[in-house]
Amino acid sequence: MAILVTPQSRILVQGITGDFGGRHARLSIDYGTLVVAGVTPGKGGQFFEHAGQKVPIFNSVADAARETGATVSAIFVPPPFAGDAILEGVAAGLDLAVAITEGIPVKDMIRVKRAMQGSRTRLVGPNCPGVVTPGTGANSHGGCRIGIAPGYIHKKGRVGVVSRSGTLTYEAVFQLTSKGIGQSTCVGIGGDPVNGTSHLDVVRLFNEDPETVGIIMIGEIGGSAEVEAARWIKENCRKPVAGFIAGATAPAGRRMGHAGAVIGGAEDTAAAKIAVFQECGIEVATTPSDMADALIRAAQRSGVTLS
Amino acid sequence: MNIHEYQAKSLFQTFGVPVPQGAPARSVAEFDTALATLPEGPTMVKSQIHAGGRGKGTFTDGYKGGVKFCKTKADAREIAGKMLGNTLVTAQTGPAGRKVQTVYFTVASDIKKEYYLAILLDRASSRPVIVASTEGGVEIEKVAHETPDRIHKVQVDPAYGLADFQVRELVFKLGFNPAESKNAARLIRSLYQMFWESDASMIEVNPLITTPDDRVLALDAKVSFDDNALYRHPEIVALRDLNEEDSKEIEASKFGLSYIALDGNIACLVNGAGLAMSTMDIIKHFGGNPANFLDVGGGASKDQVVAAFKIILGDPNVKGIFVNIFGGIMDCNVIASGIVEAVREVGMTLPLVVRLEGNNVAAGKATLAQSGLALVSGDTMADAAQKIVKLVA
Repeated sequence: MAILVTPQSRILVQGITGDFGGRHARLSIDYGTLVVAGVTPGKGGQFFEHAGQKVPIFNSVADAARETGATVSAIFVPPPFAGDAILEGVAAGLDLAVAITEGIPVKDMIRVKRAMQGSRTRLVGPNCPGVVTPGTGANSHGGCRIGIAPGYIHKKGRVGVVSRSGTLTYEAVFQLTSKGIGQSTCVGIGGDPVNGTSHLDVVRLFNEDPETVGIIMIGEIGGSAEVEAARWIKENCRKPVAGFIAGATAPAGRRMGHAGAVIGGAEDTAAAKIAVFQECGIEVATTPSDMADALIRAAQRSGVTLS
Repeated sequence: MNIHEYQAKSLFQTFGVPVPQGAPARSVAEFDTALATLPEGPTMVKSQIHAGGRGKGTFTDGYKGGVKFCKTKADAREIAGKMLGNTLVTAQTGPAGRKVQTVYFTVASDIKKEYYLAILLDRASSRPVIVASTEGGVEIEKVAHETPDRIHKVQVDPAYGLADFQVRELVFKLGFNPAESKNAARLIRSLYQMFWESDASMIEVNPLITTPDDRVLALDAKVSFDDNALYRHPEIVALRDLNEEDSKEIEASKFGLSYIALDGNIACLVNGAGLAMSTMDIIKHFGGNPANFLDVGGGASKDQVVAAFKIILGDPNVKGIFVNIFGGIMDCNVIASGIVEAVREVGMTLPLVVRLEGNNVAAGKATLAQSGLALVSGDTMADAAQKIVKLVA
């Protein structure tokens, strides 16, 4: 298994006819992901063609899901319309909606998250690189790639990665793969202050996933999501965990690129989060170059083989 | 996006939140017209800058206090003359301070008691939260730390909005008398309406006051807005004051770059916010000091890199540059060619360490090596960071 998605997951892309959505739909198809439908209101009946495949385009998510059996959506819809796009996926009863879009108003996300309560759909993101479950082919081909991550840096294996940042996720994955350590699933939960899936949600899934034997958790300044996950890990997680927090040198009160990366008080600084990680038995990477090595140290201590 | 106190209070009035009567002035010529709108009597003069701690601040010419009480309007006029055009340094401005380009005159209110009131996003619950305290006019972090029982919070369900019972509960907890309670409840509801309808990310009123005649007023106002929602609020965008923003940050935003100036001497140019933050961190880890945060986004095109180099080199403190690019989708060779062209175009001579990783990295490194430029290649982030720290030391 893996978490959230497997190579058999059937994916639809909301915004497949846009530049951004189209480019990444092509890369996912190249990676071997089952991209079975596109959704662009008004372009239903057309096809998205790439590499000999004809992906049907539908006017609505409900139509796409019903006609193709898609259960997962990748959302590349521009910010003013992205909240609506997420809710359309929820109304269609999808298992998972992954919102890549950066720049959605916070109020829209507050309303979307409230409206999603009690629904069967899980939201990952927004403002995230997406989810990758690597495949067994060359350069992890044949996996499920939802979003914008480079597929080829992955390797099928047993480490779970969860992160708020795209490029830091790639950095961690690349370090692991370079050391011959593969990944079960890599989840970018996004850099916005209101998001669908938290560090803790993903850590719980990794903890329950028999295939995952170790976890890298990457966070940054702002909010308390990493602290909440760390405290849960201390009490409940049976697997070795390595952690990294970006933003030790960030000045207070400034938004560091990500909408959610801002120090509001003493408790959401990098130093405070790192202290909680250490207190909770998480092996802290001393630099971003040390993320894979930190997990190796944690695994050795617990007698776990990562690869 | 932040706005000035006088702008925030004007918005407050639009939404029915009572504030002391006031008028801004942007020049000495405007002092008299502004003061003419106010009654004779005790008057406050308040420097308008986007930073807290104004009252305890000092101007660069030695004059103390960016917020002053004056017994008469004539005194206020004189004091305003000392503030306008002067540079105010507070605990939040940094040593350079901020030039006061607007002063705000208000009627000095009689204060019975000071309270604290704020509305912001509670990230843990993904809901708006109202935070209030009987301890106003002081730092709320201090109150939260020392007497947490004096801080009251109300989470608002976005599906229903702020419920009347929640407002009543809050008003009771704050201990207002019956006449004050009615006014406070109305103020809290109006302030919440403003928070929600204007896509504010934070509204802070510190202090909120009661007067001897049981009125409730917002004596100060600090408001910021969600940048992502500005597209639907042209009336708020119109309040933006570019004088309050770093000119390099404004320039960077024109090229889709996210730049924040810091006080070190090693500049960074990175793709991705998380990687950009951790690049600063790793410089510090190996004993250097980062000069900036700079995220060029996912692409890192040549034009962006040229623009980024120009902005970086505009900082006289910079003694070396660390380029850290993880080329996930982008071809590293394209990025390398862009860096080489950008260095030539800008005529950069400072020490430069480039760490490239990702797609087609071998070709990218070869392009850098064959460029004839005096740049140093780093293998990992740690390796590259150590190299630039050594070169700058």
